[in-house]
Amino acid sequence: MPETIAFYVFSAIAIGASALVIGQRNPMHSVLLLIASFGALAGLYIQLDAPFVAVAQIIIYAGAIMVLFLFVVMLLNAPQEDAAEWDRTHPLRQGVLARFGSLLALLLVVELVWALLGTSDVDRPVGEQAGAAGSVRALGKVLFTEYVFPFEATSVLILVAMVGAVVLARRESDES
Amino acid sequence: MGGYLSVVIYLVMIVAFAIVSLAVARVLRPRRPFAAKLQTYECGAEPFGQAWVQFPVGFYLVALLFIVFDALAVFLFPWVLALRGLGMWAVVAMVVFLAILGLGWFYAFRERLLEWQ
Amino acid sequence: MEWLTPLVAPFIVLNAIIGIVTYVTLLERKFAARMQSRVGPYRVGPHGLLQPIADAIKLMMKEDVVPTAVDRPVYNLAPIVFLVPCMLIFATIPFAPGLGVADLNIGILFFLAVSAMEIVGLFMAGWGSNNKYALLSAMRAVNQVISYDLPFIFSALVPVLLAGSLRLSDIAAAQAGLWFVFYPVVGQLAFIAFIVSTVAAENRAPFDILEAESELVAGFRVEYSGMKFAIIQLAEYAHVVGASFLGALLFLGAWAGPGPEWLGPGWFLLKAMFVFLLVTWVRWSFVRIRVDQILALSWKVLLPATLVLLIAAAIVVVWRGTPGV
Repeated sequence: MPETIAFYVFSAIAIGASALVIGQRNPMHSVLLLIASFGALAGLYIQLDAPFVAVAQIIIYAGAIMVLFLFVVMLLNAPQEDAAEWDRTHPLRQGVLARFGSLLALLLVVELVWALLGTSDVDRPVGEQAGAAGSVRALGKVLFTEYVFPFEATSVLILVAMVGAVVLARRESDES
Repeated sequence: MGGYLSVVIYLVMIVAFAIVSLAVARVLRPRRPFAAKLQTYECGAEPFGQAWVQFPVGFYLVALLFIVFDALAVFLFPWVLALRGLGMWAVVAMVVFLAILGLGWFYAFRERLLEWQ
Repeated sequence: MEWLTPLVAPFIVLNAIIGIVTYVTLLERKFAARMQSRVGPYRVGPHGLLQPIADAIKLMMKEDVVPTAVDRPVYNLAPIVFLVPCMLIFATIPFAPGLGVADLNIGILFFLAVSAMEIVGLFMAGWGSNNKYALLSAMRAVNQVISYDLPFIFSALVPVLLAGSLRLSDIAAAQAGLWFVFYPVVGQLAFIAFIVSTVAAENRAPFDILEAESELVAGFRVEYSGMKFAIIQLAEYAHVVGASFLGALLFLGAWAGPGPEWLGPGWFLLKAMFVFLLVTWVRWSFVRIRVDQILALSWKVLLPATLVLLIAAAIVVVWRGTPGV
């Protein structure tokens, strides 16, 4: 019973906060609401018996990536979108494109419904299905034996991201 | 799951404590606002403009580096636990991983990006 | 009465923590006063023992001045958002075998993840105030916390590695023979790195550029008054005390000590206060360092050093075949 209540509370926060993210005029409010949404998602992961995913969600998304978003908003200094002006003149608001956008949104809804209907065993906990997801130790065992090559490949991926950041920053400081 | 339920109850209690103490203070405290008192504090001088100004790119770079090493931290947790079962092999795997990341770190170091600018 | 049990432990822990944190402020003031040949709080109650109570009542009775320029929802929510992670970190700490909110099997992960979330409330306070000092302070704070969060995690992982478990009670039990601070070389270095990153991540002098009283007045909390200010202060001290408890648990053997078993929580509190005073001692002994020095210390020295230390610890553990939990 408490699990069911917790599930509905977390889901309501996640969906409500995500909806509000889009509705904000102030990008900083959007970022803060997104953090709330990510926090609620972490709660849902725990209910799915995947605590490590929940912790990774908090550490990586609600922590690191949100900090990056905050700093980007501070860097761009856009406390308000000039909403009224923007609404009327933006090319994406014009007839054909707006209709195309709605079509894409509709497709997304259809796709989501189709995906949800196609999933047969949503009511089983993730930990039961995967075995590894629930236990951090088991995850480590699999990661460093069976998946050791993808693991090492990840480091190359991160390296590329790092080098990219360095190059961007260097150009920035050369100009100034 | 029982453990997490206690954590959620604890969380609710923390929020309740904050709200109750704020509400009690609301009843107890005086309230005598006037325009000058409600000005933004700038050490007594007339405040000018908003505080929400553009910040330098340096902050953004630190955040980028943070994400990279945070991803590493998430990989370290399962590694630390699986170490005993896997032995030297896991150590070697992690050393290789760190060495590749170390290249990036060294590049950032050489380009003086680890310094505040 | 069955349904009451999950309510009792969180309630006791919450109240105990609030009590400890309230009195830790007095401990710090007394300790700082002694270091500077002063007496410290002395007037309220014997030896100033009632001072924290008086402070709490005073802050509760103070007018709540909300400047007109603030972003109201963010400003008003910030103290609560700040308090939640700072108190929640105690959730997985066992104060004695079986005594705590929840001894999760990912205990330390939970602590590290939640502990870093303090930056959200802190940033909300600084940004929502729409005050130049507050915002600059919050930006500096976030910058510093994320820089020292990594060495903090890596140095905390060394005891985890030595114990072979993420459950905090397992880590405490693994030190029955030898406290990890006495583990040759690796233990001491990790403890030093842990203390340095704690001091820095808690934004305390000499790493207190986010406040730097002569530059940024009271930092991100400059526009807060009354009970909201009290909650922010409570949260800040709770975070330091939480990190002290974690340090005592990871390195100083938690509740281990002479005497009967029921003295365990007492020993644990004593060790946590030792770590707290160590942090306080650093705070009152060194001069403030510059922002570039702070970042350089983390990214150039502590980060690679703690990673090398972690690898070294791994090699030692695998080589010696130390059994885990």
